[in-house]
Amino acid sequence: MDLFWQVASWQQNKDGASRPAPDAPQSDRRYESRIGGGYGRLLAVFAAAFVGFLIILPAIASRNAIQDMIFIFYMLALAQYWNLLAGYAGLVSVGQQAFVGLGAYLLFALTIFIDLDPILAIILAGAFAGLCAVPTAFVVFRLRGAYFAIGTWVVAEVYRLVLAQFKSLGGGTGTSLPPSVTNGVFGIDWVKSVFELRTPAARDIVTYWIALALVVGTVFAVYWILRSRRGLALAAIRDSETAAESVGIDNFRTKFWVYVFAAVGTGMVGALIYLQKARISPDAAFSVLDWTAYVIFIVVIGGIGTIEGPIIGVIIFYLMQTYLSSYGTWYLILLGALAIVIMLFAPKGIWGYVSDRWGLVLFPVRRTLKVTTPEYSHKPVQ
Amino acid sequence: MAEWINTIIQGVLLGGLYALFAAGLSLIFGIMRLVNLAHGDLIVLAAFVILALCAWLGFDPFLATLFAIPIMFAIGFGLQHVLLNRTLGRDLLPPLLVTFGLSIIIQNGLMEAFSADSQLLRSGEIGTASISLGGGVAFGVLPLITFLSAIVVIMALNLLFYRTELGRAFRATSDDLEIAQVMGIDHKRIFSMAMGIAMIVVTIAALYLGMRANFDPTIGPARLIYAFEAVIIGGLGSLWGTLIGGMIIGLAQTIGAAIDPEWQILSGHIAFLIVLVLKPRGLFPRAFD
Repeated sequence: MDLFWQVASWQQNKDGASRPAPDAPQSDRRYESRIGGGYGRLLAVFAAAFVGFLIILPAIASRNAIQDMIFIFYMLALAQYWNLLAGYAGLVSVGQQAFVGLGAYLLFALTIFIDLDPILAIILAGAFAGLCAVPTAFVVFRLRGAYFAIGTWVVAEVYRLVLAQFKSLGGGTGTSLPPSVTNGVFGIDWVKSVFELRTPAARDIVTYWIALALVVGTVFAVYWILRSRRGLALAAIRDSETAAESVGIDNFRTKFWVYVFAAVGTGMVGALIYLQKARISPDAAFSVLDWTAYVIFIVVIGGIGTIEGPIIGVIIFYLMQTYLSSYGTWYLILLGALAIVIMLFAPKGIWGYVSDRWGLVLFPVRRTLKVTTPEYSHKPVQ
Repeated sequence: MAEWINTIIQGVLLGGLYALFAAGLSLIFGIMRLVNLAHGDLIVLAAFVILALCAWLGFDPFLATLFAIPIMFAIGFGLQHVLLNRTLGRDLLPPLLVTFGLSIIIQNGLMEAFSADSQLLRSGEIGTASISLGGGVAFGVLPLITFLSAIVVIMALNLLFYRTELGRAFRATSDDLEIAQVMGIDHKRIFSMAMGIAMIVVTIAALYLGMRANFDPTIGPARLIYAFEAVIIGGLGSLWGTLIGGMIIGLAQTIGAAIDPEWQILSGHIAFLIVLVLKPRGLFPRAFD
């Protein structure tokens, strides 16, 4: 319940007046909420150093390693957006492939038909996915809980079937990006001359940097949202919709913006994925297995409802994908079984276990409530 | 003209199949508020069980179904007892993700056991027989049997719900779980029974699915989506509404296909979205959830 008093006092503070919390109208008790642990600055330095290391990584890493990193980055970005929806906003979607596919198809359309630079096209793809998310939200938000999940899936199927009708983009069989597009990305020539590489390797490095920018931007955007007032509102909704509504949160609006935000991000990631793949088809771009089931696995195994969880999850998923995916169906059976076992016996995932056990937090978003009672002498004399 | 009448008859009869898909889903949701994302894959699993019985014992599909029913009942009961009962609670995620994981396991398990090849349940003469009404209007015997089976199944489920002790226990746990427990109902056993009965309906649906057209291990999710659409259109908790919902999807699909074969599936989804926008609680809502 503490959370609701915080929100309540926040709502009051909006009017400019700082009043005591409603449960203590007669006392001078003040409520103050604090986010985070004590080593924030140290972690920020580490994070900056790590990102710096990732930026210069292409100078030393092999082309294979760079390609693997691209995979890790885009899966992590997708996982963060799904986690924001399911872990924080209570919107369990199994239709995020809709926005991967929409973003990817817009990138193909913009680069093939009007010769737009792919980097610009990625940004527009995000905007387009967000635009599509608005009517989608108004339809799927009519469904609750588990029915919402299947509803998002239906809408993703609708987008897939509609895009299969666009004959100029290859219809049901799909199409490829011409080399003039894939080799014309801004910065490839520069990378070629600086690293003395051939075009395909230079292309991977540019894609790597875009993917890195997307994933770092994603993690920080999610972190920032969760620490903001909106994040507090999200946590309140997740804990109890009715109580959240009663303290003045507009549930629909809060969820709506989160949904659209996740769609923008997912659309940009989708565009990047298919810039890298350079070949698209409706079945692949709207694949529920690739862009939702794997993503759910990553979030669940790492720890849902935490920013750290998907980071752990994506590393585990990458290792399994690398060493076990040759087993085909047995690999997928293992993934499904592992997800079930985690959900039943450790629903908070690996990171949940770690942070419960050792109190470790890398991205502090939880608020702790502090109650302060001023000294008696400070009370105004009546 | 005759062509259009045929199309409409086909659509309505196809709705019977979708209602069979949906009845099991609706039953489970109604009693324990569980949305089973593996529902479509369980239908396909049942179709493969029937197929295997046909192949090993040389049965015809109808006879094989009689033997598949207890097998699927046991699978459903066991699944609920061992796995799904643990996931039920206030939190939405565990049942969703566990059934999603189950869906992937069933699909790939079937792929491993039966390969990705398309299969068909050979139905002999019934499969191709049709009844002519003159003037070029005709309909298939098999779709008619499917539709009549859907009606019989729904009537049987309603009888079970409103005329038996088990049905009373179903309704009690559905209405108020805590009070039902206080009254001495073992809700976990009730849930397992419900899942078992849902699997009986699933097996009947699988029989007609397998005789009507080719199936392979990957077609489950699409069946789940049709079932879900029928349930939402009909309104949660109303089995007859589900039949109407199935008919609307079936009609939309056959009419769409008559205009352009590529629009078949899309028109079904669009019909669903239109109903969802206009009547979000479905056409015949009963349950409030």
